[in-house]
Amino acid sequence: MGKFLAVTIIVIAIASAIPVVMHTWEPPADISTHGHLIDSQRDDTMIEAGVSFLAAQILLAIFIWQFSNAKAGGKTKTFPGGAKGLVSAALVLVGVEVLALGAFGTKAWATVYFTPPAADAMPIQVQAGQFAFYFRYPGPDGKFGPIHPEMINEGTQNLFGLDPEHDVESRDDIVTAEMAIPVNKEVHLLMHAKDVSHSFYVPALRVHQDFVPGLDLSLHFTATQVGKYEIVCSQLCGLGHYNMRAYLEVMSQADFDDWQKKQAAAQ
Amino acid sequence: MHEVSAAPAAHHGPPTTFIRKHVFSTDHKVIGIQYYHLALVAVVIGMVLSWLMRIHLGWTNAAIPGLQAISPNGAPGGVMTPEYYLQLMTMHATIMVFFVLTTAPFAAFGNYFLPIQTGAEDMPFPHFNMMSFWVTLTGFLVLVSAFFVSDGPPLAGWTSYAPLSAIGKAAGPGQGAGQVIWATALAIFCVGQLLGALNFISTVLDMRCKGMTLSRLPVTAWAWFITSCMGLTAFAVLMPACILLILDHVAGTSFFIPSGLVINDQLIPHSGGSTLLWQHLFWFFGHPEVYIAIVPGMGIVTHVLMTNMRRPMLSMKAILYSFWALAFLSYMVYGHHMFVSGMNPFSSLVFSFPTLMITIPSTILVLIWIGSLYGTKLRINTASLFALGFISMFVSGGVSGFFLAQPSIDIMLHATYFVVGHFHMVMGVAAMFGIFSGTYFWFPKMYGRMMDETLGKIHFWLTFVGTYCIFMPFHYLGWAGNVRRYAAFTDDYLKPLIPLHQFISVAALITGAVQLIFIYNFINSRFRGAPATANPWEGTSLEWIMPSPPPWNNFGGKDPVVYHDAEQYGVKTASGADYIMQNSPEQAVSGADGD
Repeated sequence: MGKFLAVTIIVIAIASAIPVVMHTWEPPADISTHGHLIDSQRDDTMIEAGVSFLAAQILLAIFIWQFSNAKAGGKTKTFPGGAKGLVSAALVLVGVEVLALGAFGTKAWATVYFTPPAADAMPIQVQAGQFAFYFRYPGPDGKFGPIHPEMINEGTQNLFGLDPEHDVESRDDIVTAEMAIPVNKEVHLLMHAKDVSHSFYVPALRVHQDFVPGLDLSLHFTATQVGKYEIVCSQLCGLGHYNMRAYLEVMSQADFDDWQKKQAAAQ
Repeated sequence: MHEVSAAPAAHHGPPTTFIRKHVFSTDHKVIGIQYYHLALVAVVIGMVLSWLMRIHLGWTNAAIPGLQAISPNGAPGGVMTPEYYLQLMTMHATIMVFFVLTTAPFAAFGNYFLPIQTGAEDMPFPHFNMMSFWVTLTGFLVLVSAFFVSDGPPLAGWTSYAPLSAIGKAAGPGQGAGQVIWATALAIFCVGQLLGALNFISTVLDMRCKGMTLSRLPVTAWAWFITSCMGLTAFAVLMPACILLILDHVAGTSFFIPSGLVINDQLIPHSGGSTLLWQHLFWFFGHPEVYIAIVPGMGIVTHVLMTNMRRPMLSMKAILYSFWALAFLSYMVYGHHMFVSGMNPFSSLVFSFPTLMITIPSTILVLIWIGSLYGTKLRINTASLFALGFISMFVSGGVSGFFLAQPSIDIMLHATYFVVGHFHMVMGVAAMFGIFSGTYFWFPKMYGRMMDETLGKIHFWLTFVGTYCIFMPFHYLGWAGNVRRYAAFTDDYLKPLIPLHQFISVAALITGAVQLIFIYNFINSRFRGAPATANPWEGTSLEWIMPSPPPWNNFGGKDPVVYHDAEQYGVKTASGADYIMQNSPEQAVSGADGD
């Protein structure tokens, strides 16, 4: 039975590795300027994780095959190098490996979080609330009018609680249910939570950030490919969490300008 | 600290009434069995909840027979609503983490075997110990009562992030009374566990019999001791967090609720609170909690393997230092649950380094377990099969940690099924295998009968393959970006993944059904199992010196005297046996052959 377990472990290990090697299930293709750093870090990690996984399972299987239910008697052997060798291997190999992963991985993280947005990045505000994302563009004056939470009213579609009567900057703000951006132009996304925690996850764009009620956070990114992509909520926010999404449309600059004009006219 | 037992002379006489013997008992063995039964009831409920979840995820519009009768609001016509899915999910996770994974390997087996393995007649505070069970049971009953309030249980997940969990029923069904009941149940559970941890720690420090130095304690005793230290500090943080959450609901406080929140066009009348504060408090508890769930299982697996290998581990010191390292580091890594939470991103990098480093003691453990097999003649029985399965599962679940430990990669994998696959394998299944291994191993001692080996092996094979079929595909889903805690998959990029979800659901239902074999074996063997001797596995530790089952006062009123550690396997003795029990003055003739 030990031999059967050994074979089962090896079959399971190889079967588990096959979809990974064959890239059967992959995230959407990267459409961002920074995503390649994340993807290459992820692929490097897969090599190390994959090798560790297969090596450990195969070694376990080999030892179970060889050393289970053996006949009594005969010389017993201990693992060459004993515990010292194994502990040293763990400390050195794994220690170096994880330190390297950590050190090299900081670059991808720093690109997303420690570099400020470009001075000419296009500001867009996104508000997450049960169970939709809404977006606000600042309009020609380049300024966002203040949000008055007590004025938020879905019935009258005052989704951001704007007061154009008293706030000049609000008058030209453009509120939309979908997010459009020009291709190859950096966007500075200002994130605001209306009610509970949500998250802004766009797998294709390699961005993922929680909305925190009470904290105004921001992200910046640049999309490199025209197309339509899904923005999904990934922080459990209530019964509609599974259905909370918006579309991101990446367009040429000309198409984006047209789109923005149409949206402004529809306000 | 000294080894001579300072037990007060018979601090309780033998129980005489049924109530004292089986219900309100101060006997640690009865308490251990009571905890085990609680965990058994909890795991059945938790598993049924998971079946309901998986049926819904595979076939979202399916009418589940009988579900409307259980919850007319949650499943009109038998079709689960999204809120009901989330409510079942919240209860599944809460029940499993607290009342199965913390209760069975730690409270159940620990209560039963820790005093015995230290050579004590009982724990130093038997009444606190009895209270710890009854308080824990109360917590369970309070938690389950959430199913019966009008709005049902909370839907905020076992992690219960604020403000969703704090602002009350405006946030959704179950978020009023259900959420308060949930937090109350957990606070009660914490009290029970603190009482237990006090007993475990003082047993190890003060109740060891003569000759039982700390270094001679069996590995399981060490595992329970280290787990108790974690429990004392971790539950001590969860309890006030839950109390603050309750106050936000009932006392108008705003610990976790900032100003300016609007739900259903109503401004929430709270201000001044911090959303992230809940996450810091919860995960400061939550990360040690996962080690509380797994370290006892690691101890059990080490103990079971040594007995079946007939050889000591390559280095018990390395194993124990690794347990301590895991416990110590577990407090430093908690922010890895919060990489994209809005916490300062520099903090994310800081947390990622100890998270990566915690791979080292985990690797040491795996390598010592595997390396120790070399050159042995491992006995294959159900207990050792589950122990070997634990190692395989722990490796599989652990390597996904390489990805999740890195904030940049977590950008893609956070809150996806990759995380769900990771923790189910490395904590859920591995800990269950530890529980099963311990059950098949110690059942003869606890009940005086052997479990059926054939049924045990069938249980192992189907569960081993079945759990891989369920949880390995979770990683593929997450890799593709499948977000977790979704009641249905309506996004364009998720629809192609539904067939994989259906495969998982079928595997889950089959593997769940297989557990009936275990339950049948467990109950049937109680009455019809072959009678067990005192030491059916030829073990060295003190539980094997007493009859099966043991008498009420463990060692018959005489404290054992210990001469050896628990690793005297593979030794040559004058009697011809290949092992020496801890309480035997016999010395080995020479070390194991070939050393």
